[in-house]
Amino acid sequence: MTSLRSFLYRPEAGAILSLLAVTAFFVIFGGVDLATLLGAASWVNFAANLGIVAIPVGLLMIAGELDISIGAMIPAGSMATAILSGYYGLPIVVGMLGALALGALVGLVNGLLTVRTSVPSLIITLGTLVAMQGIVLSASVLLTGSASVAVTAPDWAKFLFGQLIGGSHQVTIVWWVIIAVAFAFVVHSTRYGNWIFAMGGDKVSARNAGIPTQRITIALFVLSATCAAFVGMCQAIQFNSAQVSGGMGYIFNAIVSVVVGGVLLTGGFGSVVGIFFGTITFAVVSQGIYFTDIDRNWSNLIIGAMLLIAVAMNETFRKMALSYTGKKKGAH
Amino acid sequence: MSATKSTPILAMRGVNKSFGPHDVLHDINLEVRAGEVLCLLGDNGAGKSTVIRLLSGVHRPTSGTIELDGKPVGFDNPRAASDLGIATVHQFGGTFPLMTIGRSFFVGAEPTRRWGPFKVFDRKKANAIAVKAVRDFGITRIDDGDRLVGGLSGGERQSLAIARAVHFGARVLILDEPTAALGVKQASHVLRIVNEAKRRGLAVIFITHQVTHAMAVGDHFAVLIRGAVAADFRKGQKTREEITDLMAGGEAMAELEAMIEGYAASQDGHAPQVA
Amino acid sequence: MTDSRGAFGRVARRPETGSFLGLIITYAFFALFGGQVFITAPGWSSWLNAAAEVGIVALPVGLLMIAGLLDISVGAVLPASSLTVAIISGHYDLPLPLGIAGGLAIGLAVGWINGLLVTRTTIPSLIITIGTMFGVMGLTLGLTILIAGSTGVFIVPDVVTKSIFGSAINNMFQVVIFWWAGFVAAVFFLLHLSPWGNWVFALGGDRDSARNAGIPTDRVTIQLYMLSGFAAAFVGVTQVITFGSAQVAAGSSFIFNSIMCVVIGGVLLTGGAGSVVGIVLGTITFAIVNQGIFFTRLDPNIGSIIIGALLLIAVLTNDGFRKLALSASTKKA
Repeated sequence: MTSLRSFLYRPEAGAILSLLAVTAFFVIFGGVDLATLLGAASWVNFAANLGIVAIPVGLLMIAGELDISIGAMIPAGSMATAILSGYYGLPIVVGMLGALALGALVGLVNGLLTVRTSVPSLIITLGTLVAMQGIVLSASVLLTGSASVAVTAPDWAKFLFGQLIGGSHQVTIVWWVIIAVAFAFVVHSTRYGNWIFAMGGDKVSARNAGIPTQRITIALFVLSATCAAFVGMCQAIQFNSAQVSGGMGYIFNAIVSVVVGGVLLTGGFGSVVGIFFGTITFAVVSQGIYFTDIDRNWSNLIIGAMLLIAVAMNETFRKMALSYTGKKKGAH
Repeated sequence: MSATKSTPILAMRGVNKSFGPHDVLHDINLEVRAGEVLCLLGDNGAGKSTVIRLLSGVHRPTSGTIELDGKPVGFDNPRAASDLGIATVHQFGGTFPLMTIGRSFFVGAEPTRRWGPFKVFDRKKANAIAVKAVRDFGITRIDDGDRLVGGLSGGERQSLAIARAVHFGARVLILDEPTAALGVKQASHVLRIVNEAKRRGLAVIFITHQVTHAMAVGDHFAVLIRGAVAADFRKGQKTREEITDLMAGGEAMAELEAMIEGYAASQDGHAPQVA
Repeated sequence: MTDSRGAFGRVARRPETGSFLGLIITYAFFALFGGQVFITAPGWSSWLNAAAEVGIVALPVGLLMIAGLLDISVGAVLPASSLTVAIISGHYDLPLPLGIAGGLAIGLAVGWINGLLVTRTTIPSLIITIGTMFGVMGLTLGLTILIAGSTGVFIVPDVVTKSIFGSAINNMFQVVIFWWAGFVAAVFFLLHLSPWGNWVFALGGDRDSARNAGIPTDRVTIQLYMLSGFAAAFVGVTQVITFGSAQVAAGSSFIFNSIMCVVIGGVLLTGGAGSVVGIVLGTITFAIVNQGIFFTRLDPNIGSIIIGALLLIAVLTNDGFRKLALSASTKKA
């Protein structure tokens, strides 16, 4: 009973319950074979690409900020890699570093504008989103004369960033797990994590407690834009080409994954494990539906309903956690 | 020891503060000694919060000086004031409702332990210290450092914040209306903690408009009316009724009401905007 | 403070001053580089048509933002309404007015649900309307396939309806421009002349104080969402009648475009400030950049860089204006 309660009070409870509910729904009503679903690569690949972006976006949300410019940064990372290493024939390392540097630069702009003004970060990143879309498109057309650029990566880069493990599972899955573990460690086991939660809870008190709130905010924006560029870079290396479009879907998908994962949009509450499971849940709904008898067109309806139910569930658990008076020592 | 007794830890000498053309405080002289509770009384808008902001480093005085241990000091920001041992605890404790007791207690000063090549947050140690610190102040209901701060009662949150300030070496505690939002029982908790802080030799500035609470713990009282110290007296020199009358300020009150009505009429019934 | 400085200060502090300056500069830029055509009727029609469509949605979205709320679901309501019209009056061949009523009713219903969820829960409106967006998108897609068997449905509107909702004057100026003007007048009345408008501002300033002051905050919130649902559905109706077909995947561009128009028009997302004139100016500026770029010899994608830059300039100057306005009011107090 107590272990169930301490599980429910954790931010990731809603995400894990949603995942179980969705899977059960698919098995019971969709006639899905669980073994086939677990063995399938499509939803895992989808989750990995989304998850690498969703984790830093979720951390920003815990700190009370929002970043929607990721929608432009994924194609931007892809194009930077392809233009530098494909069109101009520079070594792949230059293309990769260029993509990541572009991400860091845009993140820096987002972060600086957010801490220097009182404009909500949603609006600031909306501005950089549109501007970056224009920059990527026009740069691609002006420099290469085309909206799609080919790139061929050497074997080692292909092995690290673009191979298909077992012919189906993208190597980005490994990166996703590494990034998730690293972030989970930083957020839950170091002082920086404590700072992020404090900032999302009450920025002024956090600053007065000596936390460098501006530096942390900027660092988080740099992380999210760089992670998005990283996903773009991996896609370019894997598919041997980069497209200027695509990426917009990531904006809402990432927000939904994060929120289903138990992060409070207004900040101060959440967990990396929760975001991880939120992403898996999202991926299972949107890709797993192909394995069911259910028409795939209903997946968006399920996502919408699941989002609202999961958020309501998270709210309830949080209220329960707040009213928990801790009769016994060491809740876990 | 006798020298420290006679020198106030914190004092304001002839402090004026104006915002643009508006004089908010005129010629404020206040002092507080170790092991003493100074109650700063006054109605809303009397300038209490401006005094707090000056002492806690949010604003600087327009003229006059703030003295710490008899020497003039200037605080550039709240951090500078708290580094010198002046801790301000706001009405709701200024803590983070969705963080655990242990984590919020150590925000900005997290205890760490080595874990391989990394320095990791020491949850056990943080929880133990936080719980002990609060319990030492007599709040025995708090026994689990993993509880969320938002789940504590108002009095417990205040106590946690005060315990935190003391733990981090505060010499002067500025308590901003700690009992305003609390019920009778909760308020008595907080008053007990104020007494405990006093017993430990801290200087306490207790800001309130509740005369009963002030009289329960105060050694020294100052009444602010429209930005000036209207009365300054020690324990036992005035009765509760006298203090209440002072605070309301008879004629001044009537004048204020007329002003408010005039303002409301000129603004078409809209309340003034809160800046 | 002297009189002239006071008057200047008052003008400079108005939320729409910045957007007006932005509009003048933008128009001048494209008049200069867009060639002769841009300043004649075809040029005007191109951006007016674009402005009208996004403008009808931007108005209620702007009101919501003044009240401190967001509505992402407009992007799903628009195609939902188009398809409802097309399915009722195209697929089932029922009278067109019935189809139009159905389309608009969809908008009102989604708005009502949004409002209800926002007022009954503590979930932020961004999340709620993302949820309803996905929900409506899924329903539209699923039901359209179920009923019509394809993702596009055709309709042949009668002449009268076509002339009311989908005609173009001189084959250039679409009739939706006049509808936009009507919406502007109506929303201007609601926001600036009726007491209801004051409630909207109060809602964005401080919801609790507004409720304490006796404002029916929940009802106003639901009304605002129904208005934005209605406006998005209305644009969906005009689109299906203009083009004679409805597509499932239309409308998502309206989500961010409407927000951008509103922000360029000087409305703060933090709520409590803004004006209809500002929103209209912001919409026009947005449309001029979007369409005007095709008249220049620049790469059309540069338009999106300009819009991004404009948006950032707009919010940064708004930030400055707000500080100016606040500092002025504290000095007065």
